[in-house]
Amino acid sequence: MKLATFRGGVHPDDGKSLAKDCPIQVLLPGNELVFPLSQHIGAPAVPVVKKKDTVLMGQRIAEAGGFVSANIVSSVSGVVKNIEPRLTVSGVKVNSIIIENDGNYTPVEGLGAKRDLDSMSKQEILTAVKDAGIVGLGGAGFPTHVKLSPKDPDAIDYIIVNGAECEPYLTADYRLMIEQPEKLVGGLKAMLKLFDNAKGVIAIENNKPDAIASVQKAAAGEERIEVRPLKTKYPQGAERNLIFAVTGRKINSTKLPADAGCIVDNVDTVVSTYMAVAESTPLMRRIFTATGEGIEKPANYEVKIGMSFAEIAEASGGLKEGTTKIIAGGPMMGMAMSSLDVPVGKTNSALLALLKDEAAEYEETACINCGRCVDVCPSRLVPKMMMDAAERFDKESFIALNGMECYECGSCTYACPAKRPLTQGFKQMRQAVMADRRKKK
Amino acid sequence: MSITGIIFTIIVVGMVGLVVGFLLVTASEKFKVEVDEKVTAVREQLPGNNCGACGFPGCDGMAAAIASGQAPVNGCPVGGAPVAEKIGKIMGVEAGETVKMVAYVRCSGDCQHAKDKSEYYGIKDCRAAAAIPGKGAKACTYGCMGFGTCVKECQFDAIHVINGVAVVDRTKCKACGKCVAACPNGLIEMIPDKAHYVVSCRSQDKGKAVKDACSAGCIGCTACTRVCESDAIHMNGNVAEIDQTKCTGCGKCAEKCPVKIIHAR
Repeated sequence: MKLATFRGGVHPDDGKSLAKDCPIQVLLPGNELVFPLSQHIGAPAVPVVKKKDTVLMGQRIAEAGGFVSANIVSSVSGVVKNIEPRLTVSGVKVNSIIIENDGNYTPVEGLGAKRDLDSMSKQEILTAVKDAGIVGLGGAGFPTHVKLSPKDPDAIDYIIVNGAECEPYLTADYRLMIEQPEKLVGGLKAMLKLFDNAKGVIAIENNKPDAIASVQKAAAGEERIEVRPLKTKYPQGAERNLIFAVTGRKINSTKLPADAGCIVDNVDTVVSTYMAVAESTPLMRRIFTATGEGIEKPANYEVKIGMSFAEIAEASGGLKEGTTKIIAGGPMMGMAMSSLDVPVGKTNSALLALLKDEAAEYEETACINCGRCVDVCPSRLVPKMMMDAAERFDKESFIALNGMECYECGSCTYACPAKRPLTQGFKQMRQAVMADRRKKK
Repeated sequence: MSITGIIFTIIVVGMVGLVVGFLLVTASEKFKVEVDEKVTAVREQLPGNNCGACGFPGCDGMAAAIASGQAPVNGCPVGGAPVAEKIGKIMGVEAGETVKMVAYVRCSGDCQHAKDKSEYYGIKDCRAAAAIPGKGAKACTYGCMGFGTCVKECQFDAIHVINGVAVVDRTKCKACGKCVAACPNGLIEMIPDKAHYVVSCRSQDKGKAVKDACSAGCIGCTACTRVCESDAIHMNGNVAEIDQTKCTGCGKCAEKCPVKIIHAR
């Protein structure tokens, strides 16, 4: 059978061999944990604790501030030091709850209590997911309980677990699929319980044969679950491409996956859902890869949400001399950071440190109209013309060229022989246009 | 071709020209649009940059507005006092006092003073840089990003990015205000040309954060507000601001400022 895929895309060096074989280690945080109130798409959460309050591990410290929003749970026990703006991964200061860790990890009552999935009702599952503060852990941070309550649940016929992990260097999802496939399948079963007509598809790129085998083994005998290998190509894991590869349905920025009858969730999100539903454990940890040529000992960790990137770098032996670029996330879509003193949020899956060679800096030259950006664009846009509009800061033209359909995968920038900062420009234009739209509302 | 052919052609073309010319003259007289003499006279006095700083669509729009009394006679910021006086004569009113204004960039975080937190890749345009969190390469998110969007807007070649910060050339600035609108950080403001002292920072960060980012930033110590005898300097959040209408130019604030960001002009 021909492997499922999409049109366009690129084949960057995957760099996964660095951390691929490192088993997930549990990493404990230092004294201070920072919980930004905005770790998800939507309204910021509202704190429910005050300065000097004592909190326990698993206790809710902030409540969803709207319909599209999520709770935040303390991942340690200790005392609330302050609520103040702190620098986050994106480079902006966000109001955050600072908790001083007492090192005891005293759990709240009922944390970790086993529940029988089969005897739970739909509403109980949804409430468990909502209370746990689970959001899309792949990077977008869309609150999962909102995703799981579409207008018409009967119209959903696919729940796709995104195990593509097409982003180079990252191995967190890969390790999770190898080490905890039964939790993944369990989480998917919990989600399938919500949608009677749906079929579960675990989609994995075919450069991870051992992950495919491991998940296949765990899902053996499950009638409603299928493991689907995908062609290895970036950005295979982008939601729209994944839906197209699995179902052949097309969506654009005006539609949600639910409009095409699909729900797409990252591997770690599904595992967290399992933990929230079956083990009464809210989202307090995530799987995290520290990798890149600039990291002394690349590794995969289970980290506590709220601990700092600097602590993770330290646990990995620190940064090598000559590291020129540190990125939160992968090299294609991750965000370059100016400081390591930022907390790990729910959506941060990796710390990538690159040496001078990997982060090669190029002089931008003039566009030669070769059209490679057009060839690789998975959204079938014309990045060259969008960039011309972006350079003039011409928002109308940018929108007219369907610039808002871009999801900043970075393929065009990777392919551009003139080294134009295409994705960077689109990101800026999109932010500017979205800011305008927010103002208008 | 014979010589008669050439002559015949010249006569025919000449006649057509005369007939058409006559028609055009009659038409322009007959269908003339009545224009107020004042509008024409005022229009002649206006500088003709069509910069739009007055708020009307170009100099023609402004002339019509002045003639119909919708705009004050000194409404053209580019022309200033001399133009206002001439227009005042035409309109038969007193021009009143026009204060010459100039644009001023409230940031002095140049390459020596402001620290960089990162390298910037992307569109070299302040509006685009302001759209992303962190705003450009400098550690300060309030300061001049130095990509020169204001420079591109200026029709009078009066603003330039020097050493990483936009600087207004007072002699060339016509106070049209285009740079004020262009700056995404809202750093440029109009001040009277004869203002004595200016605060060259707009950072709303707290003192320590400012110090970490830039050695030419207002740390919000409020020393200047305490030393001012004419009640002209006040805190706006974490940054000092001078009320130019009250400032007497004694210079005590500049003397007292520990970070030396109150500059004499």
